[in-house]
Formats: sequence, C-alpha cells, structure tokens
Amino acid sequence: MAKMTIEDKLGLNKFNTNELNSHIDVDKEYLDKQEVERVCRACPAGLYKLDAEGKLSFDHLGCLECGTCRVLSGGKVVKGWHYPQSGYGISFRMG
Amino acid sequence: MAEDRFDAIIVGGGLAGIAAAYRLAQEGLEVLVVERGNTCGSKNMTGGRLYTHTLEKLIPDLLQRAPLERRIVKERFSLLTPSSGTTIEVDSAKLGGLYANSYSVLRAPFDRWLADEAEAAGVMFVCGVLVDDLIIRDGRVCGIIAGEEEMEADVVILAEGVNAQLAQKAGLREELQPDQVEVGAKEVLSLDQAVLEDRFHLAPGEGIAWIIRGEDAFGPGANGFLYTNKDTISLGVVTEIGKIPSAQHSMVELVDLLKEHPVVAPLIAGSKTVEYSAHLLPCGQGAILPRLCGDGVLLAGDAAGLAINLGYVVRGMDLAVESGLLCAETVLKCHETGDFSRDALSSYETAIQNSFIPRDMERCGSYAAQLGNKALYDDPAKLIDVLTAVMQG
Ligand SMILES: Cc1cc2nc3c(=O)[nH]c(=O)nc-3n(C[C@H](O)[C@H](O)[C@H](O)COP(=O)(O)OP(=O)(O)OC[C@H]3O[C@@H](n4cnc5c(N)ncnc54)[C@H](O)[C@@H]3O)c2cc1C
Ligand code: SF4
Repeated sequence: MAKMTIEDKLGLNKFNTNELNSHIDVDKEYLDKQEVERVCRACPAGLYKLDAEGKLSFDHLGCLECGTCRVLSGGKVVKGWHYPQSGYGISFRMG
Repeated sequence: MAEDRFDAIIVGGGLAGIAAAYRLAQEGLEVLVVERGNTCGSKNMTGGRLYTHTLEKLIPDLLQRAPLERRIVKERFSLLTPSSGTTIEVDSAKLGGLYANSYSVLRAPFDRWLADEAEAAGVMFVCGVLVDDLIIRDGRVCGIIAGEEEMEADVVILAEGVNAQLAQKAGLREELQPDQVEVGAKEVLSLDQAVLEDRFHLAPGEGIAWIIRGEDAFGPGANGFLYTNKDTISLGVVTEIGKIPSAQHSMVELVDLLKEHPVVAPLIAGSKTVEYSAHLLPCGQGAILPRLCGDGVLLAGDAAGLAINLGYVVRGMDLAVESGLLCAETVLKCHETGDFSRDALSSYETAIQNSFIPRDMERCGSYAAQLGNKALYDDPAKLIDVLTAVMQG
C-alpha cells in the first residue's frame, strides 16, 4: 500500500468549497514563529504550511471544520474563525 | 409577531438536537431544527460506539430499525510502545446491565436516519443553514438569525456541539481553552466484510471496540481507537490540543504512525481509505457547566460540556441524547405555564443533576485512580472486573 499524503486523504472527501471566501482569517505575518509552528503541527488537515524561508501559507480548501486552530491560536495566528457559510464546506459521507 | 413563530427552535441537528426535537414533536409542539450541514450528520464524526440505552427510550424498536453497524461484543485495550504492544481482550460474557447494548455507528447515515424519524413525528428541519447569531432582547433569547432570516420561538435549544459559539453569545460559556479539548482525526477504511470478520474473529453483525493507549509510542496525550463497522473500520487518533506543540509528531503524522504500528498494520492490511475527518471533543471527565440555561435558552450535549473522555473511555453520544430528552421534558412543562424564564427552565439543571450523567462522569473519572493502584495487579479477578467496567464506560 503506497503511503497516502494528507492531500490524497483530503482528496477522498466531499467538499463544496467557497473558492472566493475563506471562513478562517489567518495572520500570515504573525511574528511569534513558535506560535505559528504550533498551529502548523496541530491542524489535522495540514493546511497551515511554512515554506523554506519560514513564510506561512494557509489554504481554507480542505478544512475539516474542527476548530483546533481557533482553540489553539484564536486572537493570535487565527484572527477570525467561522464555520463556512450556509451550504459550503465538508460533507461527510461516513462521519 | 410572525405566523412562523415556533414553540421551540433547536440549533444543531446532531444527536442532542434531534432527540430534543423528536420528543417535543411527539407531544404536539411546533419545533424547528436548523442544521448547517446539507443533511443531518454530514458535519459530524465520532469514534464509533453508541450506547443505545437513551435512544431506546425514544425509539423502543431502535435496535431492529436503525442503521447500526455492528453490535459490540468484544473490547480490546492495548498499550503500545514504539515497536510493540500488549493487548487485553474481554468478551461478551462480561458485558451487561444498562450499557449492555452498544453498537458501532457512522454519523452521516445514522443522524440522517434519526432526522427522518423525527421528521415523520412532525419535526420541521431546515438543513444547509448556518445560524449566525441569536436574537437577544433585554437579556432574553428570543430567536435565531441566519443570514437575512430571523425566526422567533418561546425557547431556543442550543445543541450546536463542542464549538459552542452561540452558547458563548448567550453568555452561558467561555471560549474553549487548549487544555479543555482534544482533537480526534479519523480514517474510515473499507475492507471486505468476510476478511474483516475473519481478522477480528467476529460473527456477522458482531463488532469490536478497541481503545489504544499510545502515549508511550507516539508522545504525550496521544491515544488511538478502532471500531469495526459493517464493511469498514473507523481508526483514529485523539490528542489534547494543548499537548500537540510539545509532542514529537504533528496531528497528520500521528494518524499514519498509528496505521503503521506493528500491532495495528496487519489488521488493516489491504484496506482502502474512503474518508478522512477531524473533530473536537471535550477532554477529561468533562465538566458540567455551572449554568445550562438562561432566559429563553437551554444547552444540550457537547455544547453543555456533557461528555466523558478519559482516553480509555469516550462517551458523549448517549449523554447528548439524554440531555436532549431532559431539555424536552423541561420545555414541555414550561409550555404549560408559558414561563420560559431562567428560573422556570432551571428544572432542566436539576434534571441533569439527578440523571445518570454526573454519576457516570464521576465514576469514569475514578477509574484513573483505580488503574493506578498497584495492588490491583495482584488480583486478576478484580483487575478483570475493573478493566471490564473501564472498557464499558
Ligand atoms: C474522535 C472522537 C471520538 C468519539 N468517540 C465517541 C464514542 O465512541 N462514543 C460516544 O458516545 N461518543 C464519542 N465521541 C463524542 C460524541 O461524538 C459527541 O459527544 C456527540 O457527537 C455530541 O453530540 P451533540 O449532538 O451534542 O453534538 P454534535 O453531534 O456535534 O452535533 C452538533 C450539530 O450542530 C450543528 N451546528 C453547529 N453549529 C451550528 C450553527 N451555528 N447553525 C446550525 N447548525 C449548527 C452541527 O453541524 C452538528 O450537526 C467522540 C468524539 C470524537 C471527536
Ligand atoms: S478548523 Fe481544523 S481543519 Fe480547519 S484549518 Fe483549523 S485546524 Fe485545520
């Protein structure tokens, strides 16, 4: 069994994504690098990424709507967190 | 006042919300459930084991009709090190009492079925709609706001789950802290039914609940679970959010480490991942909030902090159903008098205190101390009794 990447796993899920609006507002310039790393490690969908230069990127597509990043870093790296607008986001077929 | 005023509006069509609505509709009240998922269950995940005692009160022939996956007849508890592990298994002979009936479930099909039942009993559902805010006048919750829509009711039941943001708006709870919640990430793996039954030594319809203590293998606070469904396996990791930063592995890595562990890998060999999900759950023994109601508003289920999660015991679904039913009983009483003030609704808090919920939360909390008592391990019969109690939750 070839090892699946997190992108492979998310690819199996059913999403109805709002391409334009992110339901999570991330401070990509947040200065405390340790805090940023915490969030990167905690997101179960691996959506917070640091590149080689230490720059943070975030992609709301693939969000599992768990709330981990908000609880961990609300008011810091995570400036705003809402559930996706009505009708959007993940739809579990199993759950 | 608009004609579309309801007796009760329930935010969240999970187990707590549907149970409350169902019970109210049985007594002829006009109730509306607003659920943000496009169908009930489509935003929900769980580990897997539903103790059916509370839902059976609502639906006496539940076991014959509900989309339950497998009846749990075996319990396993494993302690893992990075390269090996030890497993204790207890089987059906020891299972009994109030909690004798437990089944593995998948929330998307299960909640959807339950919602259909409730709808047939007269509950109105609006799905695919996120409730953004509450209508609050002079400190009293009067209804809900969803986009441009406003709807009013005598009482609003917040059954919105663990990320209880509306309960915060109602002033009934604070934002969650990293040491109060865990995050669970789970894969559903499909496996041929005959192969699955063979591997876990199960007869058709029988299932296993398997709790995995992974702290020594994967780092502080990381535990695993496995539940067998009809032709899938629910496998996942649960970790305290506050501990992730100091742990060796990211959440994404932990799931793979569990899958690759020599104790787990042979059992899932040849399976195919069909879904990946994540969800928060309250941690520890849980703490019932000091206030479960305000003027015109009640909290139920995870939103009220009613769950037990001690790594080796995770129970929230039967508690959610019970709290939903108790909410309904209180609303029925208040419906008679027309008084939905906090004072009138507080009979719900008393009902929760008198229910099995706080007793079980405390009992499960005491297992940690019992398991830590070295003398227990010199008395195998007692040890089996304690482990059975622990595994049964
Ligand atoms: C990994 C994991 C393993 C678990 N294992 C077990 C187990 O084996 N056994 C067990 O008994 N329990 C288990 N639990 C706990 C159990 O899943 C929960 O306690 C239970 O689901 C709580 O039910 P609820 O109805 O309170 O909330 P939920 O099931 O979360 O339902 C809340 C509902 O509200 C909706 N909602 C939220 N906000 C809004 C809004 N603003 N507008 C409209 N709709 C909204 C959601 O979409 C959802 O449908 C586990 C939990 C996790 C995360
Ligand atoms: S809500 Fe969960 S899945 Fe979504 S970005 Fe935050 S941590 Fe990741």
